[in-house]
Amino acid sequence: MAGGAPMGAGTGSDIYRGNGLKLMLPAWIMIGIFLLVPVIIVGVYSFLTKEFRGGVIWEFSLDAYDQFFFDRGLFGDEPPTLEWTYIGIFWRSIWQAGLATIACLLIGFPTAWFIATREASSRSIWLFLVTIPYWVNLLIRTVSMKFLIRDTGPLNEFLLSIGLINEPLGLINTNFAVQLGLFYSYLPFMVLPIYAAVERYDFALSEAAADLYAGAWTTLRLVILPVVKPGIIAGCILVFVPSLGAFLAPDLLGGAKTFMIGSLIEEQFKGSAGNWPFGAAASMILLSIVLVVLMVYARNQNKEGTS
Amino acid sequence: MTSKNIAVQIDNVVKRYGSVTALHGVSLDILENEFFTLLGPSGCGKTTLLRSIAGFEDVTAGTIQLKGKDITGQPPHQRPVNTVFQQYALFPHMTVTDNVMFGLLRSGWNKPEAVRRVHEVLELVQLSDFAERKPGQMSGGQQQRVALARALAPRPEVLLLDEPLSALDLKLRQAVRVELKALQRETGIAFIFVTHDQEEALTMSDRIAVMSSGRVQQIGTPREIYESPVNRFVADFIGETNLLDVDVQSVTDGMAQIVLPGGSAFSCPAAAVVDPGKGHLSVRPERITLCEAGAGNFNATVLGQVYLGTDIHLQVSLADEEKIDVRLQNSEATVVPETGSHIGLQLEAGAARLLAD
Repeated sequence: MAGGAPMGAGTGSDIYRGNGLKLMLPAWIMIGIFLLVPVIIVGVYSFLTKEFRGGVIWEFSLDAYDQFFFDRGLFGDEPPTLEWTYIGIFWRSIWQAGLATIACLLIGFPTAWFIATREASSRSIWLFLVTIPYWVNLLIRTVSMKFLIRDTGPLNEFLLSIGLINEPLGLINTNFAVQLGLFYSYLPFMVLPIYAAVERYDFALSEAAADLYAGAWTTLRLVILPVVKPGIIAGCILVFVPSLGAFLAPDLLGGAKTFMIGSLIEEQFKGSAGNWPFGAAASMILLSIVLVVLMVYARNQNKEGTS
Repeated sequence: MTSKNIAVQIDNVVKRYGSVTALHGVSLDILENEFFTLLGPSGCGKTTLLRSIAGFEDVTAGTIQLKGKDITGQPPHQRPVNTVFQQYALFPHMTVTDNVMFGLLRSGWNKPEAVRRVHEVLELVQLSDFAERKPGQMSGGQQQRVALARALAPRPEVLLLDEPLSALDLKLRQAVRVELKALQRETGIAFIFVTHDQEEALTMSDRIAVMSSGRVQQIGTPREIYESPVNRFVADFIGETNLLDVDVQSVTDGMAQIVLPGGSAFSCPAAAVVDPGKGHLSVRPERITLCEAGAGNFNATVLGQVYLGTDIHLQVSLADEEKIDVRLQNSEATVVPETGSHIGLQLEAGAARLLAD
């Protein structure tokens, strides 16, 4: 019996194979209408010439990308030098989104773990509680956050009244406020996929690790985290990607110092300062960054699957 | 029995979950180099007891000693015992080698020795060719042997096995029984094996503890358990038996004088505590022989028969409508009486046993 057939190697049914393309049609239509077409429109716009006060002129131009990466002086006649303004905004956005993702992971994992280890009957109540904030519009929630943490808001007033601080913390218009906003907005996106992974986790594995002389931390590091890793990565992507493009939290909580990609793009499409091709170009660059992150992840997954 | 050759000493262990008591003061000695089985129906406390030895359950009262050392309060990762889990609990993200290596590295083996030990145990369970596979790429039987290798690798003082064969199909199960027994002899350590399958228990064990409702009902060799059950539960749970209500006349020196249904007198061994009055007679179906009506201990009417291959199973009813199963060996010489015919039943001397409740 040493040569038993390996299990799980393409034992799927053949019934659907012939109909594969037909069955995939709805998915392709969805992806086409709601993903590919908009991306193509944005891509095309990024190569057009800007019309003042919004809109585009249908003339091919690389101005948008040029403006993003290069500085040619006030009148555009100097030799180009690297333009750091927008790269800086992108870098700060990645940094902010990364910190928000880490914060979500640090709070989200224990939360998900807590919920997944409750009795089956009470888990749905806990999950429901996690999703309750989503019944309120994100804009309203972000504005509320602003009112809570501003210098004359309840948080500062409470801390002042109990004498823990002598002057307001000055939270508003800081990077911290933006991260708090992002953290609050996207925490459920971290909790839910990790919950799904932990809920499937076989706790006999933890017992097996303990039985094989592993203490609690070793078990977490060598058994639990690797086994629930897909859920953790899914959660990180679901928090990082929207955080990167977020504009509500940076706009309302951060102010001018904490300008992020989302605000930059938003600004290009509204009001008189608008520059549609530039906004489209910034969107395409953002999309490229996200795609690179996702592809690195997909590659890692494939490697693990085949080894 | 000196404490020197006791591997695990369980003394008056009680386990309660809220108002439910899973173990009511269980005491057991498991000897070194012994294949010891905890046998009982589901919910009898056998798995709770095994998990208490492993350290996954805190006992409410009582002590557990391992080779004379009290381990009652120790967490599982400090107890030098290893477990083969029911569903194996192999680490799915690790290769077979890493699974087996896990316990070695955690218990202070250095890397080169651990590598050597992994080769050794994989050889022992004949999985050397699968060292780099992941558990998901292996069959149930192979996974079961990885679980065995992983548990044996760190040289535990005692190996605990929690129904490790229940996930295998019948043919494989029978083969693995023989392998497990050989492995126990080879390693020379005590195996504590939990099962609800009495056939498994009888074929592999040196000694068996039959449990029910959180209590040990009987401890003994397979032969003792099967042939001299102490009470109705054990007689009924181990193998098939007929339990007849009989009148007990007297019990002296372990022999009982009884009156069988139908009125004939009979003398048979009695389990330790049986008082005169009503008693239960346990008679194994294969220990009853057929004879002419009126010539045996009972008269009976044949109700029907079931062909089982090696055996023929006969159901008969006594004069008072009580039904009895009789098992006849299927051979050329066997004459199977027809349904409805009247026959006599003869009990072999020593084949029947008087039981307490």
